[in-house]
Order: sequence, then structure tokens, then C-alpha cells
Amino acid sequence: MRECPYAMSYRNDPYDPKQVALLDPAALAEAVATAEQAFAAAADPDALTALRPAHLGDRSPVSLARREIGALPPAAKSDSGKRVNEARRAIDAAYAARAEVLDREQAARVLVEERVDVTLPYDRRPRGARHPLSTLMEQISDLFVGMGYEVAEGPEVELEWTNFDALNIPADHPARGLMDTFHIAPPAGAETSGLVLRTHTSPVQARTMLTRKPPIYVVVPGRVYRTDELDATHAPVFHQVEGLVVDRGITMAHLRGTLDHFARAMFGAGAKTRWRPHYFPFTEPSGEFDVWFPEHRDGPRWVEWGGCGMVNPRVLRACGIDPEVYSGFAFGMGIDRTVMFRHGVSDMRDMAEGDVRFTRAFGAGA
Amino acid sequence: MRVSVSWLREYVDLPVDLPTEDLEQALVDLGIEVESVVDLRRTVTGPLVVGEVREIEELTGFKKPIRHCLVDVGAANGTGEPQEIVCGARNFAPGDRVVVILPGGVLPGNFAIGARKTYGRTSAGMICSAQELGLGDDHSGIIVLPPDTAARPGDDARPVVGLDDVVVELEITPDRGYALSVRGIARELAYALGLSFRDPGRQPASAGTAEPAYPVQLRDTVGCDRFTARMVRGVDPTAATPGWMRQRLTVAGIRSISLAVDITNYVMLELGQPMHAFDADRITGPLVVRRAEAGEKVTTLDGVVRALTAEDMVICDDTGPISLAAVMGGETSEVVGGTTNVLLEAAHWDPVMVGRTARRHKLFSEAAKRWERGVDPALPLVALQRAVELLTAHGGGETGAEVLDLDHVRPMRPVVLPADLPSRRVGVAYSPQRVVDLLEQVGCTVIRGSDQLGADPGTVGTAAGVGDVLTVTPPTWRPDLTDPADLVEEVVRLDGYDRVPSVLPTAPPGRGLTWQQRRRRAVARSLAERGYVEVLALPFVAPELADQLGLPADDPRRPAVRLANPLSEEEPLLRTTLLGPLLGILKRNLGRGHRDLALYEIGTVFHPRPGAGAPPVMGVDRRPTDAEFAAADAVVPAQPRHVAVVLTGDVEPAGWWGAGRAAGWADAVEAGRAVLAAADLPADRIEVRAAEHAPWHPGRCAALVVDGVVVGHAGELHPTVLAALELPRRTSAMELDLDALPAAPVVSAPAVSGFPPALIDVALVLDESVPAADVRAALVEGAGALLEHVRLFDVYASEALGAGRRSLAYKLTFRAPDRTLTVEEAVAARDAAVAVAAQRFGATLRGA
Repeated sequence: MRECPYAMSYRNDPYDPKQVALLDPAALAEAVATAEQAFAAAADPDALTALRPAHLGDRSPVSLARREIGALPPAAKSDSGKRVNEARRAIDAAYAARAEVLDREQAARVLVEERVDVTLPYDRRPRGARHPLSTLMEQISDLFVGMGYEVAEGPEVELEWTNFDALNIPADHPARGLMDTFHIAPPAGAETSGLVLRTHTSPVQARTMLTRKPPIYVVVPGRVYRTDELDATHAPVFHQVEGLVVDRGITMAHLRGTLDHFARAMFGAGAKTRWRPHYFPFTEPSGEFDVWFPEHRDGPRWVEWGGCGMVNPRVLRACGIDPEVYSGFAFGMGIDRTVMFRHGVSDMRDMAEGDVRFTRAFGAGA
Repeated sequence: MRVSVSWLREYVDLPVDLPTEDLEQALVDLGIEVESVVDLRRTVTGPLVVGEVREIEELTGFKKPIRHCLVDVGAANGTGEPQEIVCGARNFAPGDRVVVILPGGVLPGNFAIGARKTYGRTSAGMICSAQELGLGDDHSGIIVLPPDTAARPGDDARPVVGLDDVVVELEITPDRGYALSVRGIARELAYALGLSFRDPGRQPASAGTAEPAYPVQLRDTVGCDRFTARMVRGVDPTAATPGWMRQRLTVAGIRSISLAVDITNYVMLELGQPMHAFDADRITGPLVVRRAEAGEKVTTLDGVVRALTAEDMVICDDTGPISLAAVMGGETSEVVGGTTNVLLEAAHWDPVMVGRTARRHKLFSEAAKRWERGVDPALPLVALQRAVELLTAHGGGETGAEVLDLDHVRPMRPVVLPADLPSRRVGVAYSPQRVVDLLEQVGCTVIRGSDQLGADPGTVGTAAGVGDVLTVTPPTWRPDLTDPADLVEEVVRLDGYDRVPSVLPTAPPGRGLTWQQRRRRAVARSLAERGYVEVLALPFVAPELADQLGLPADDPRRPAVRLANPLSEEEPLLRTTLLGPLLGILKRNLGRGHRDLALYEIGTVFHPRPGAGAPPVMGVDRRPTDAEFAAADAVVPAQPRHVAVVLTGDVEPAGWWGAGRAAGWADAVEAGRAVLAAADLPADRIEVRAAEHAPWHPGRCAALVVDGVVVGHAGELHPTVLAALELPRRTSAMELDLDALPAAPVVSAPAVSGFPPALIDVALVLDESVPAADVRAALVEGAGALLEHVRLFDVYASEALGAGRRSLAYKLTFRAPDRTLTVEEAVAARDAAVAVAAQRFGATLRGA
């Protein structure tokens, strides 16, 4: 049966000493003590909640005592009311204090109970990986883009003219024979296709100079081809990056400064370069350069890195740039080779065969 | 080129105690690549002695003939008794003196020699070949010392065979033919070390005489601008090549053949002048030097019959061609065992002609290598003088007084060099005098001022500036010095590359990466993050691939660019689709035990230009016109950049969380969408529609469409294709033409409404043949502007729905920009959306 909350119960009841006894201070103290004991004995928040009606509910001793106040003579009301309220507050406080303790205990218990083994592997969506050749080409491009260069590109099946002739490698020059070239089969009825798989990224130099006016500052990453069987140190397809600068007053000192900066950016502040004369038809003077690589797997050492030189005025002329006004430098290096010594790759096939174990080791790249 | 330091010392006074490292550095600093420096004094350790063969016993019953020898090694073995040695070589007889390494010695390659039992006998040591001693590649037999060798059994054999020397192996760049000789290398070392140089190429020599040494008609002075010859009669045909000469030839990798031939090779190594020795008695009639006629043949010294073309130069006698000029002599006129009258020839041939001939006949002889790189035209008479002196000194006979010299050599062309050009190009301040000194050091004749410029219109060079101008005539051995830039290189090379300072140039502000470059990176990264592993496949494919992929006869991927000289005859074509090579790599990985694989590649494919001929011929003396270059470029195959993925096995592995998820068509399509998303193309410009396209499964192939243009395909591969390529069932793939994608638009920002959304789910029942993409489009169209988002969250089929029907459940999110939608408004929009689907596809609301 539901009690009407605002009913003043028992107001018209006959006077009953037993009921009045509820207002007795000792009885109220007893009620408080009983409640406190009961609350202290509650083991968890649910048990505590279950105790609430008995000690704070409508039929709890303090609630019953409060109902009796109305029936008291006015003089007694104030005093009794104060006592009942104090008792009520004490029980409320005891309840709240215990509730807080129990809630905290319960929260701590839940955290313990919900413990899992966080070392369980969760490779549910395995990450892929980028090829180290691709990421290194991007890294080098970014370095030069940061210096104001642009990234130039060109076709892999290339005109013999741009791959050789424009670069001062005439048809019967021994240097042409040194580059083991894939030739494209001639179309029906023709003797030659005039096309090759580019043997270096340098034809992009010619294309760049044909299509842009100086000052030219470009970097050219790309795939190149030579007729080498795939083995531990050769591949028919490999990768180069080269740089080309054509501007007024460019000197070999600028070339050297650029190589030094490049080396430090790639291999750390301890890196340095050295160079020596060499021969390339498309540069004059020409050189080969080494880099001091402090973090080589087998200890710090000089590593052969690439070729470089001042753009041969014949190349400038063939590409429509006046060599009396402009000069330039070019440099290039093998990316595969760089990955090999930088990461200690001992077999070129690892980079060409596409075994996922190899590539995964390099992650998705930064 | 391999050369011993003792030989170099004949022309340059190298310090006696010159460390090999300094020698190497000096050469490297001059641009001569040092492959190796071998100090022969240190290559063989322990007792290496001269031995005299006493007895030979042939052992039989083994797979190969074996000899048990008793060799007198004097007191070197401590006993004085003959040493027992088992030997497999057969080119020696009792009485021969040989080189013996005794137990305790170590040969190159850390090959320690001990006494051991072999073939049932004791073998205490080894009789050595040149190769075993690291003296060359000759392993045809053991070294038999010449009879005139002074050494006695037991003597240290090192000085006898040249193991008291240092051998340098050098790589000579193609521009420096002169360095393919002791003369040239000694000259370079003299520059580098500041030593004096005695030029063996400038020794006095008998000049040409009115009477020829032999009648010769020179008919092509372009192919051959100088032809000289001298005769030596009465040479002792049994005369042996002296040991020192054989040693030097051996070091250079040239086998000793006969005295006359060895001398021609020796002079070639020493001076750089290739020569030829004819047996004068095996030539009939005068010699004629001319171009070959098509159809003529000559049998060269290597025994090969060579069909000649009209570009080859030949030396003929009355019988026809007897020598493939400059490249290799002929069999019929070569010096043989009985030759007594030797006609020595030294000529000067056109490098371009020799290069072509050598390549055409694939005959890269030592002579051809030198001709192609340039030989000093001033050498022939000096070389002849040296050769006849050596021949008469060691083979007797008498040199004829007649000297033939047909000389059409043109003088070297002077180069005009502004004296400040080296400084301007290098960035080091060289004084004009320094430039002159350095150029004179390499042998140039330098005249201050450009006086000769007017006098000789044939000079080439840079127009005179305001400063000093030098007129530089290169020495005859430097045909590579033709341009001012070549002279600049000489200056910086001799002055030192190390003296060039390091200055970083300042580039003008750049524009960064192009959007295409940024896009390729975004695509690559997106795929890698989604689990795909990048591969860079070789682009060579087999003609059969098109059939294996089931490409229709008229498929544009069938015509392919073909290589004239493929690495493998099986794979002569360049890929027209990334899938072939990529699936090859997938298969290789499967073969290595990987089961769950997802690979991607970004790379070019190659499509020939139909009807393209050969590009027009363009010179290099000027820039081609735009029209000329465009015409040439039009021949270059189209090379669009594609991206492709292939995947098989589980895309999500099984684990403690539950079962794995197999890769399938949907992952491939998703990869395509991921690429388009990474390319920043908005979803409303992308369409995925069903397609039938090889090599995909016709029922499981999607076309990826951007702005109505098909840019790629994705889905599961055709079971027949998978069977043909021996790949697992359900292998899926995507390929898309990145170059066909339009640029990403500038994103126009959405108005973000702060009002609450109204969410309504609808389940539409319709025929299962209706593509979900079309249903979605209908809902979007019908719902109107209030629709913020639509998502298909369930696809369901059951018997209750009826055969061939399915339910598609969508969650629709409605929202207004300016107010909270009423229930009535949202329901009206939902009804409008459903109405279009109902009207278009007969869709009904499930449960309605």
C-alpha cells in the first residue's frame, strides 16, 4: 500500500507513550548507532542501498519520530524537532560516507576484474610497406625541393637523341658502347626505331633544357635500364637521381658545395665528400665522388657515390642554351646502390624480387 | 690495363721507396681509376725457388694424366735431395727449369702449400703456373723458364719470374686513349709527382725514304691517314722472346706467341701504337689499303671467317683481303714458325671506322680498343724503330734501309681559350701564367694572344673576351682536347680537384612538387597504410601473357613495345598492364611460403604509337626546333603511370579475436576507391559500376569511373586466368590509370549545421539485379536537400522475400541548416526518397 507522502499520520491518534518514546534522545541515539553499524557492515553499494529504507525510509525510526512531532505540545516541538533533525543528518552523513567508500572500493574492484592481457597481439589489419627505393627517391627530392629545386620527369622509353646524341654521345662514340642499352625493335619496314630504354636519367636534362629557360634547378629521380642480368650486384632495371643546375656564373665550386650539402643532409653532419677526375661525355670537366659514411654497417668509410661535372657546352648548345652566357653542373647517383650501402643490403635481387619480408622491414616510410 | 711499376720506371724516376698508397693516390687524383695495386713481393710467401726437373714418372689409372716428378731444388729443401712433386701439367720435360713452391709457402688466395699424399705418392710442394703465382690469367701450363735463364736450382724464383715488382691495374676512361700505354701512364705519373719524364714516343726514328720498304697503295686516306712499314730480313725463326718481355706481356694479360708478334704487342703496350707483323713471304704483290667491298671475306687470326661490309677497312694483297685493318690480322699472312722475313706495319686508322668495325664483328681486340680511343698519329715511325731494334737484337736479321711513310695526318687544330675561362668555370683563381704552365705540362703548345685566330679560320673556341686569350694546340696524343671545356678540365685536373672550394649556390624560389607528384605520394602512402606492400617489378613480359590474361583480340593492351635485344627471348615485350609482372611477384611470394599477400605497384606501362615510324634525324650543332622535337617526341610510346594492387589469402588474419577475413573482390574495389580518395577526388564525381573486363571475373568486376570516364577496374580475377597463371582462387586485383585522373578541385566547404539530425532507417525490397549504387543514387535524388548522409547498413535475402529479391537497409540522416526538423518534414523527405526508388526499381518498404 502506497502512503500518501504529505499525510500527517497519527495526528488524531490517541496519545501513546510508546510512540512518544521515539522522540526520546536515547532512542534517537540508538537509531543513529544502529544505522551506523548497519552501514558499516554493508559490503557493497547494493547492500548499502538495501539498508536505506530501514534507516532513512518512511518507516525508519527517525522518520517515524518526526511524525510524532506534530502531535507534541508546541513547547516541545522545537526541541524534539532539532533532535530528530540532528539524528537524521547523522544517519544521512553516515550513509553518504559509507556509500563513497563502497563506491570507491567497487570502482577499484571493477578495474581489477576488467583486467586484460594487453600483450595479446592485435595484428588484425597488418600495415603494408613502401619500397625503400621509392622512399629514398622521395627523400632526396624533398631535400632539393627544400632548396628551391623542382622535380623533373621524363619517359622511360626514350629517344636515342635525348638519351645519347644531345648528351654528346655520338653514335660511334665508345661511351655509347659502354652503356649496355636495350633498343626498341624498329617498326615494320624501318631499320631502327630511334628509341631505347633510357640508360640513365640524363635525357631528362635534355628535355628540361629544351622546355625551360634558365635559371634551371631540377632534380630527376627515375628508373633506368641496362642489359645486365639480375644478380647480386647488377639489375637490368635500377634507379638514379640526378641534379641539374644551369644559371649564370655556375662553377665547379657550386657543384662541390651542393654535393657537400647533399651528403650532410643524407648521412649526417659527419658526412663529407671527396672527388677525383673522371670522364662523362655530357660533362666537362667531370668527376666521380665518394661520400664519407660514418654509419656504415662495417664501420665508417668512404663509399663511391656518383658522377658529376660541369654541363658540357656542347650539350647546352644542342638544347638551345647559350654556353657563353650560362654554365651549369650536373650530378647523379644510383639509388639502389645508395640503399645498399646505407641499409647494408648485400644482394640487389632483394630489391627487385619483391619478397614482402624485405620490403616490410622498411615500413611505410616517412 | 695492367702494367708493372718497373716498366714505368724506365720513363719516369719514381722514388725507390714510393709507397704503393701514394702511387695509387697520384693516379686517382689524375682521373685514372686504380682497380688494384698488387705488390708482387708480398703475394707469395715462403720458399719459392727455381727447380730443375730430373725425372718424370707418368701415373696412369687416374681420370686425368698425372705426373710424379723429382725436382732438384738445390739446398732449398734443406736436404739437397730431389723434391717429390705430383703435377697435373704436361708442358715440361726433364731438364726444364721450373718454379717450385715448397711446403710452408703460401700462394695468392691464402693457398698454403704442404707435403701430402696424393695419387698414391708424396707431393711435397707444387710446380706453379703463371696464374697460380698471380702473374696473369695463363693457366695453360706451368711456367718453364727460358733456357737462357741464369738462375740455378734453389735460387729465389721471385726475381726470375717478376715477383719482385709492383703491378697496377688501371681502368682508363674512353677519352684517354694515350693512357692505354706505359708511355701515357708514365707521363701522368710525372705530372702528378712532379718528376721528369723521358718520352719514349719522341725517340729518334728513321724517316720515310723515297724507296718504300714494301709497295703499298693507300686508297682511302679518311679510313687510314698514315701507313708506315719497315722490313726485317733473315730473322732467326727459332729465336725466343726474352724472359723480361714475356713477363711484361704476362702481367698485361697477353700471351707470348712468337718473337715478332710479341714485339708488336710489347711496343703497343709501351707506346700505345698497335702494330702488325706480316710474313713478307706469305704476301703476294703490293699491299692495297682500302675499304672492303660487300661480299668480301677474310679469315682473321682467331680462325673466324668474317664477311666484310663496305665500311670496313682492309689490307689486301693480290689474293684479296689479308687483314681486317686496325682490328685483327689475317691467317694467311701472319707470322708463323718458319718466318724469316718480317714486314712490320704501323698505321693510323680512323677511330670511328675502327669502332664500327669492332662492334660489327664483335671483335674488341686490344688494338681496336686503342684505335677507338685515339692513338697518337706521330708514333708510327718511332714504333717501327723500336720494333725493328728489338727484333734484330733478339732475333737477328737485318733491317732494310727503306722506310715507307704515307702520311696524310692533318695538324692538330688549335683551341682558343680565354685565359680566365678555367677560373670562371671552376671557381678557383688561376693566373693566366698558371693556366699556360699546366697546359704546357700536358704537352700543349700555348701562344698568348689570339693572333692565330685570324690566320687559321679552322680554329674552334670561345669568342675572345676582354682578358687574355690563349691559343692552345694540343699534343698529337690528345685528340680528346677539342673544346675550351676540355682544356678547363686539364687545368683543374692538374691543379687538383681538391683545391676547388665548396660553395652552395642559391636557387630561385621553386614551386614545390606538382600536384601529380604529390598525388602519387598520397596514393602510395594510402595503400601502404591499408596493408599493401610496394613492389617494383621488372617490366618485361612474354607475348603469351596477353592470352593468359584473356585479353580480347582488339584489346588496346595487346599491342606492345618490343625490345630488339631483350635479356630473355621469352620476355621481349614491355608491359601494357602492371598486372602481369605484379602477379608474377605475387606468385614468387606464394612460392616462398607467404599465404596472405597484398601488393601494390605504381609504375609506367608502355603503349606503342600506332603507325609511328622512326623519329626524324636531329643534329646536335643547334637546338632542334619545337616542331622537330615534337615530331620526334610523337614517336615515343605513350607511357601512362598506373597503380595496381593484387591480393590473395586473408586480408585480416584469424586470431584470438576470431576468424580471419578472406581477401576478395570488395577489397580490390575498396583499394580503387582508396586511390581515388587519396587523389582528393570528391565522392560525387566517382562512380563504381559493374563491368566485364579481362582479366577480371565477369560477374565480379567493377569499372572505376571518374566524371563518366572509366579510369580503371577492380574485382576478383577470372578463374581461367588464375588457373593459367597458377594462382589461388579468388585472387583479386585493381588497376587504374593515374594519369587519366583529373586534378582535384578546390574543395568548397560545407555549411555545418548545428541543428539536431533526424535519423530514419528504411529497408527496401527489390530485385537483386538492381545495383546498390543505383538504389543509393535514387534515394539521394529523391530525398532532396535535407539528406545529409545515407549509409547502406545491411543487405539481406531470404525465402520470405522471394527468389531473386533482396532487402537493402539504409540509414538516412536528415538535417536542415536553419532549424530543427519536425518529424513530419523528415518523414516526408524519407517518403520522397523511397518513392523514387519505388518508381525506378519497384522497391517496396520491407514490412510495409
